[in-house]
Amino acid sequence: MSEPVQTNNTESIEAIETISPWREMAGIFFRNYEAVFGLVLLVSIMVFTFIGPFVYTTDPFEMVWAPFTRPGQEGFLFGTDYLGRDILAEMIAGGQVSIAIGLAAAAISVVIGVCIGAFAGYYGGIVEEALMRSTEFFQVLPTLLFSMVIVALFGASLLTVTFAIGIVSWPAVARVTRTEFLRIRELEYVRAARSGSAKDGYLIFRVILPNALPPIIVQANLMVGSAILFEAALSFLNLSDPNVMSWGQVIGSNRTYILDAGFAVAIPGFAIFLTVLAISLIGDGLNDALNPRLRQR
Amino acid sequence: MINADGDLKVENLKVHFGKKTGLFGGPGQVVHAVDGVSFDVPAGSTLGIVGESGSGKSTTALAIMRLVELTQGKVTLGETIISDLEGDALRSERRRFQMIFQDPYSSLNPRERAGDIVKEPLHLMKIGTKAERDDRVSELFTQVGLRPEQQALFPHQFSGGQRQRLGFAKALATTPGLIVCDEPVSALDVAIQAQILNLMSDLQDQMGLTYLFISHDLGVVQHVCDEIAVMYLGQIVEQADRLSLFSRPRHPYTKALLAAVPTVHGSFVNGKRRLREPGMRIKGDPPSPINPPAGCRFAGRCPKAEDQCHETAPAFRHIDTGHKVACHLV
Repeated sequence: MSEPVQTNNTESIEAIETISPWREMAGIFFRNYEAVFGLVLLVSIMVFTFIGPFVYTTDPFEMVWAPFTRPGQEGFLFGTDYLGRDILAEMIAGGQVSIAIGLAAAAISVVIGVCIGAFAGYYGGIVEEALMRSTEFFQVLPTLLFSMVIVALFGASLLTVTFAIGIVSWPAVARVTRTEFLRIRELEYVRAARSGSAKDGYLIFRVILPNALPPIIVQANLMVGSAILFEAALSFLNLSDPNVMSWGQVIGSNRTYILDAGFAVAIPGFAIFLTVLAISLIGDGLNDALNPRLRQR
Repeated sequence: MINADGDLKVENLKVHFGKKTGLFGGPGQVVHAVDGVSFDVPAGSTLGIVGESGSGKSTTALAIMRLVELTQGKVTLGETIISDLEGDALRSERRRFQMIFQDPYSSLNPRERAGDIVKEPLHLMKIGTKAERDDRVSELFTQVGLRPEQQALFPHQFSGGQRQRLGFAKALATTPGLIVCDEPVSALDVAIQAQILNLMSDLQDQMGLTYLFISHDLGVVQHVCDEIAVMYLGQIVEQADRLSLFSRPRHPYTKALLAAVPTVHGSFVNGKRRLREPGMRIKGDPPSPINPPAGCRFAGRCPKAEDQCHETAPAFRHIDTGHKVACHLV
C-alpha cells in the first residue's frame, strides 16, 4: 500500500531548501535601509536608557548644580533643569519609563484588540454586532480626555497611566484584526482545517491568527510610538506619577520656563521625536515586508 | 477492494442562504442554492456532478461535508447519518469523509510546513502516537507521489500539481472511505490534470475510495466517473451512468451542455457527426436562485419549452434502468 503511485515527479525541486515565510520577510526588512536605520536608532536609544544608569550614575532626582545651567557648561552634557537636576540623568531614567509604558500599553491594547477583533470577525452575526458596537463606543470617546478621566479617577501611578493608554487605543487593533479575520475565514485552508475536525479555538488562534498577524504587527508597532506620545501628553498635564521620571514629565515640569531655558524642554522633546521616528520607520519597513502584494512571489 | 465506510446516500438535500424576513420584518431574500437534491453513491464508485457556475454543485459538496448549514435533508454514509451529527461526534466521524478543494493555492495554510499540513487531521483527531503519525505522513507523501523529505517545505515552494497532491495526502491521512472532490483539477494545467486524475484512479483502485466528483469539465467527468448527475439551478435534472448520459442524453439542458463542449474535430467525433440536434444551443443566463421560476427551472432558456413547462415542475423519474430525468417532454 505504501508503494509509490507515481514516482513521476517532473516538477520536483532539486535542492530541498526551506525558506520559512517569516524568514523571507526578515530578508525584505533588512534590505530596506530606512527600516534598518530605524531599528539601529531604536536599539541605540534602548542601550542609552537601559545600560546608561550603570555608566552614568548621577541620581536624576538629586539637585547637583545651579538651575538652568546651559548644556555643555560645568561638565553637564545636557545642562540642568529648574531644580538644578542633571538633565542627562533625567533623560536616561525617563527613557526607561517612557519606553516601558509604550511597550506595556501597546501590549495591553493588542491583547484586548486582537481578542475582540478575532471573535467578532470569526463568529460574525450578533457577536460581531455587539463587539463592534462597543468598539465604536470606545472609538468615539475623545481619547486624551478619556484617559485623563481614568487617571484622575484611579490616581496617577505608572500602572493606571499604562492601563489608561492601553484602554483607549485598542479599537484600532480590533478593527484591523476583524477585517483580516473576515477575509481569511472564507479562505479554503480554513475550510480544509475544519474538515480536518478543527475546533473554533484552533481555527481562531492556530489557523487564522498567524495569517492575520502582518497588519496587526504593523499596527502594534505604531501603537508603541503613539503610547509614548500619549504618556508625554499626560505627564505634560501633570497627570503622571510625580515620583517617576519620564521624558514627558521633564517637558511638563520645565514648561513654565520655556522662554528662559528652552533646552530643558527641547532635549526630552527631541528624544521623544527620535524614538517615535525610529518606531515609525520600523513600522513602515514591517509593512513593506509583511504586505504580500508588494512582495515578489 | 471496496472501502468499509459504506454507501453515500443523499436525500432531499436543501441549502438556503439568507433570511426569510428582512431587517424590518419585510420579506428577506433567500438564495435557494441547493433545492432538493437526492442521489446515491455506492461504495467504491465515483459520481460526477456537473453544471455551470451557480448551479449549486459546490454547495452540495460543502453541505455533505457539513461545512455549510443544511436547511433540510438527510446525508448518510454507511450506517451513520452525517446530517444529524453535532459537536464532538461530528468531529470524530470526519475521519471517514474528507474533501479535496478546488484551488490548490488557497487550500493550504501558507504558514505551515507541508508535513504539518498533512499531519493536522491526525493530530486534531488524536489518531496514533507521535511516532506513528510521523510514519504515516511519510507513507502518505510516498503514496501521492511526493518525496518524504519535502515535508519540511512550505506550500509556496510547491507547484500547483504538487500542492494538489498535498491536498490528497491530507485528505487520505485518516483513511476515509469517501472523498468529496470539488473541482480538483480545474485550476491545473492540462498535463498536470491528467497526472492528478491518474493518481485519483490509482488511489481508488488501491483503497476502494468512494468519490463525489464536482466539475464543470465534461471531458474530465467522462474520464473518471461511473455515474453522472447534471445540476441546474440547485436541482438535478438528469442522472445516468457515464455511457448512457454521453451517448443518449435526454434532458434538453444536458444535450445543450454536451453540444457546447469544444472539440478539435469541430462537429465530428471519430468521423461521425456529433450528437447535436438542431436548435440545441441555449442563450442567456440561468434565472436567479433567489426567486426560482415556478415550473421547470430550465423552461425560460429551453428551446423546446411548452406551456406546461412554465407551470408545473417536472418530476424526477426513471425512464430507463439507471437513467433518471426531470423533464415533461421525455
